[in-house]
Amino acid sequence: MIEFTLWDIVRNLLLAARWTILLSAVAFAGGTIVGLLILFMRISKRRWVQRFAEYYIGLFQGTPLLMQLFLLFFGLPLLGLRIEPWTAAVLGLTLCASAFLAEIWRGGVQAVPLGQWDAGSSLGLHYLKQLRLIILPQAFAMTRAPTVGFLVQLIKSTALTSIIGFEELVRTSNAINNATFEPFKVYGFVALIYFALCFPLTRYAKMLELRALKH
Amino acid sequence: MGYVLDFGWLSDAVSLIASGAAMTIFLIAVSAVAGIVLSILGAAGRRSRHAWLRRAIAGYVELIRNTPFLVQLFFIYFGLPSLGIRLDPVVAAILAMTLNMTAYTTEIVGAGLDAVPKGQKEAALALGLRPRQVFIKIVLPQALKVIFPALTSQIVIMMLESAVVSQIAVRELTYEADLLQARTFRAFETYFIVTLVYLALSIGLRRLLVASGNRFLSGGVS
Repeated sequence: MIEFTLWDIVRNLLLAARWTILLSAVAFAGGTIVGLLILFMRISKRRWVQRFAEYYIGLFQGTPLLMQLFLLFFGLPLLGLRIEPWTAAVLGLTLCASAFLAEIWRGGVQAVPLGQWDAGSSLGLHYLKQLRLIILPQAFAMTRAPTVGFLVQLIKSTALTSIIGFEELVRTSNAINNATFEPFKVYGFVALIYFALCFPLTRYAKMLELRALKH
Repeated sequence: MGYVLDFGWLSDAVSLIASGAAMTIFLIAVSAVAGIVLSILGAAGRRSRHAWLRRAIAGYVELIRNTPFLVQLFFIYFGLPSLGIRLDPVVAAILAMTLNMTAYTTEIVGAGLDAVPKGQKEAALALGLRPRQVFIKIVLPQALKVIFPALTSQIVIMMLESAVVSQIAVRELTYEADLLQARTFRAFETYFIVTLVYLALSIGLRRLLVASGNRFLSGGVS
């Protein structure tokens, strides 16, 4: 029987939190890239491309993230791909984040006055340049607060990857709890660590929101 | 590629999936009703004259909104027994879902209350209604109408998030899926079907809420 001091518990939890942070960062970066693709499809002029993006977003927003993770974790090996918890976790969170981010940014793109597109084309810019130079910068500026808000949601969502066996904060805390039998303390600390990660971002999102209202 | 999808197990599993879905619906129904009632109290309390009450509610909202639901669930189910509070899994799930839901809807209801023009309250007071009557009959119905879409989304999100309560052995949809796949060794097919059931539930729940909102709220504001 190993004795766990309070410091042992906290230290191990903090070490595990690194994986939570890494997973959040990778999934947010991946979600941004895929989300941009989905955004372009969502605002495309071709009906069927638009429809596809709409269904993609609806599918990820209308099913539990836990099911999405399970489907990847059990589904991809059927296609002959060897998959580990880390791969399934990154892939699942990336796809899910891309749907949410695309939907947030679409709101921003639609809020840009149509005259801005016209102004762009009267300057002789083609579609992609209009997007890159005129529309997207304004759309991103408008949606900064909900984007940061979604990052908070994403950090909390990484907790679900413990269920498919990824060794992040919650899975480590389950193991520590099984060794120490001090669930109150262990899960209390876990909650505090998540709070320390998320609360500053929440405040930042709130600040961005207030600043946007002032303009 | 030797793997062939097989849905032959499905005919025997329909009743299990149905009972799991019924549990999921029960959980979200109870926690949505409790959550909305509590969040009306919470939003009103956040606008009260007592600073300690305002601060306590604000702290609760921030604490819940900045920690994962899974951790809240584990804290309630595994952590509280060390304080001598031992809960049945279903009760723990409903408690965790209600507490989680209330934190989000308190903000939503609050935004709705702020959106009702001040003149409405003043007019009602001038007509001789008591403050409580003003709140229940004048301000609240108008606020609910404004926030109805946001409340609907929040209820659907909570329903999807309830998949997590399978982790404390509540026999809802995900838990039944876990049992089924362990028995049939058809994990992908099982979770695929159950994902479709969740999709149908979220579309159906949204339709139902929007329809009932149209029916009761547009005529209800008088």
